[in-house]
Amino acid sequence: MPDTGVPRPGPTAPTGTAGQGGTPGQGGGSWAGAAGRLSGLGVSQGRAAGPVMRLAGPPELPAPRAVTDPGAEAATVAKALAAVAAELNRRAMAAGGEAAEILEALAMIAEDPVLLEEAERLTGAGHDAAHALDAAFARHREALAALGGHLAERAADLDDLRHRAVASALGLPMPGLPSPGHPYVLVATDLSPADTAGLGPDVLALVTERGGPTSHTVILARGRGLPAVVACGGVMDLDDGTVIGVDGGTGEIAIGLTELETAEVARAETARRTLLGTSRGPGRTADGHPVKLLLNIGSAADLRPAGTEAGLAGVGAEGVGLFRTEFLFLDRKRAPSFEEQVGAYAEVFEQAESVVVRTLDAGTDKPLPFLGLPAEQNPALGVRGLRVDRLLPGVLDTQLDAIAAAARDTGTRPWVMAPMVTTAEEAAGFARRARARGIEQVGVMVEVPAAALRAGRLLREVDFLSIGTNDLAQYTFAADRQHPALADLLDPRQPALLELIALCARAGREAGKPVGVCGEAAGDPLIAPLLVGLGVTSLSMAPVCVPAVREALAGLTHEECGHRARTALG
Amino acid sequence: MAQRTVAVASAGGLHARPAKLFVQAAAKAGVPVTIRAGEKTVPARSMLGVLSLGAVQGTEVTLEADGPGAEEALETLAALLSRDLDAEEALDA
Repeated sequence: MPDTGVPRPGPTAPTGTAGQGGTPGQGGGSWAGAAGRLSGLGVSQGRAAGPVMRLAGPPELPAPRAVTDPGAEAATVAKALAAVAAELNRRAMAAGGEAAEILEALAMIAEDPVLLEEAERLTGAGHDAAHALDAAFARHREALAALGGHLAERAADLDDLRHRAVASALGLPMPGLPSPGHPYVLVATDLSPADTAGLGPDVLALVTERGGPTSHTVILARGRGLPAVVACGGVMDLDDGTVIGVDGGTGEIAIGLTELETAEVARAETARRTLLGTSRGPGRTADGHPVKLLLNIGSAADLRPAGTEAGLAGVGAEGVGLFRTEFLFLDRKRAPSFEEQVGAYAEVFEQAESVVVRTLDAGTDKPLPFLGLPAEQNPALGVRGLRVDRLLPGVLDTQLDAIAAAARDTGTRPWVMAPMVTTAEEAAGFARRARARGIEQVGVMVEVPAAALRAGRLLREVDFLSIGTNDLAQYTFAADRQHPALADLLDPRQPALLELIALCARAGREAGKPVGVCGEAAGDPLIAPLLVGLGVTSLSMAPVCVPAVREALAGLTHEECGHRARTALG
Repeated sequence: MAQRTVAVASAGGLHARPAKLFVQAAAKAGVPVTIRAGEKTVPARSMLGVLSLGAVQGTEVTLEADGPGAEEALETLAALLSRDLDAEEALDA
């Protein structure tokens, strides 16, 4: 058995065996009969085996045709757009809920009379149906992209609609999710929100050729509890119908499983899920060393998701480790009032006894329109997180006032931390302002290597540290979180990242103060034991990740976690 | 020419679900309605047009229509815009 604590080399490097020892509930089963292997980044735990179905790519636009009957082309245009709308409405019916709303809105774009008129006009000017649709979509796409922000995101939706309409006009199968009528492993170059909105229960696992550990695929797969592997080179070369085994933990893909092996994988996975479904209680290692298991949330709604078991009590989490307050106000053009903030915070404090509130984290991936920050050449290295306070000090003051008021109203004692802190002076300034309002436990996020290197000094100013591994990896490795070609650098098992985490944990131990992790790494059952071995005292994650992390920790002693950590550090 | 000016009430502005509900209502209005934000005027039954206005919460938009039923149509649509449709969604959930 390989030691799963050993950092994996790059995504294309061969691995030994794919069996995963050590972690209970991981499922047994071997890949012995495999005809070949592929390897990527395992990003969502679990194993599955089944036939490959590839996501159909966008249609190729053929050379323009000489048009003899513009009326027939116009009719094809209308029919293609109607077919796209019908398909999206069909998917909306099947999906239900929020996904249905999104799909219906997309169907309405396909049915937009302005779009139809434009495409029909182009057929009148001598374009064939496919080119007329292509040009009509292109015009609107540019218009939306030019508006920026949320509307620029809609431009990607328009691309999806364009591909569907053009495929329909050309008589090709519409791109999008396959529906073969049996369970399958969905294989794609990459997955967009539009691809996955209609993801049905017949999808066993997700494997993508591109994507990194923080890509959309990961969030989706973890939310659904689907095994997933990203950055898996060569997977799109597999033929549809090839039976593969997917290990969402190790990133291993085994090609050509026998029926017996497929059945064994399914059996072991069912056993694993059953075990996780009954998992409860505080986080602790096999020998009883406590590790707090906390939740990452964006609002009170995340504590009681409708129709799921995922809330605070549902997964037996011990509190909220990261309350991302900016998620409450992402769409606002005007700053949320003091009163509104008090209400939103109080709603969370009422439901969770222990809450770590992070003050507004605006920046690159999360612009807050009401802040009106100027565009930046290099936003990841610019004014974000606590740095916004340099330009707009009133925003933090109001927020701290509101947190303190909500705490008084609810009789709770929230912990409060600032994002993107770099120096001890920044930490001291933040702590002073928070404590002046009666906030007792004040902390800072460690996302910048400079902060990690000075963790001991920071802890003279504040009461706790919370490590944001996604950003800390991005800044340590000088690798954009979203960059598809740099996924291996962002692997949380990279020794340089682990070393910075170890530094923070050691500083915490010396100061007798808690040091937690709240990045994606905390929710990964293969990495969580490493973090505990490094000395991290709490792990904060998406609700769906809690049971698997709890089981992973329960299967190892504290010393075994430490051994894995030392091995990983090399 | 009937006209109504109203501030968009939905927390998320005039996109996603609020835009969908508005465009659906406009398509049923019986008369062609236009919606203007700033300099830009688009047909109210065009989803792409309405999205491209980029109207956020608080943006003032002007609805216009002509002919029989115009007043009633605008009344209905203006009332829709003055509700926080995102908040209603939260209540539904």
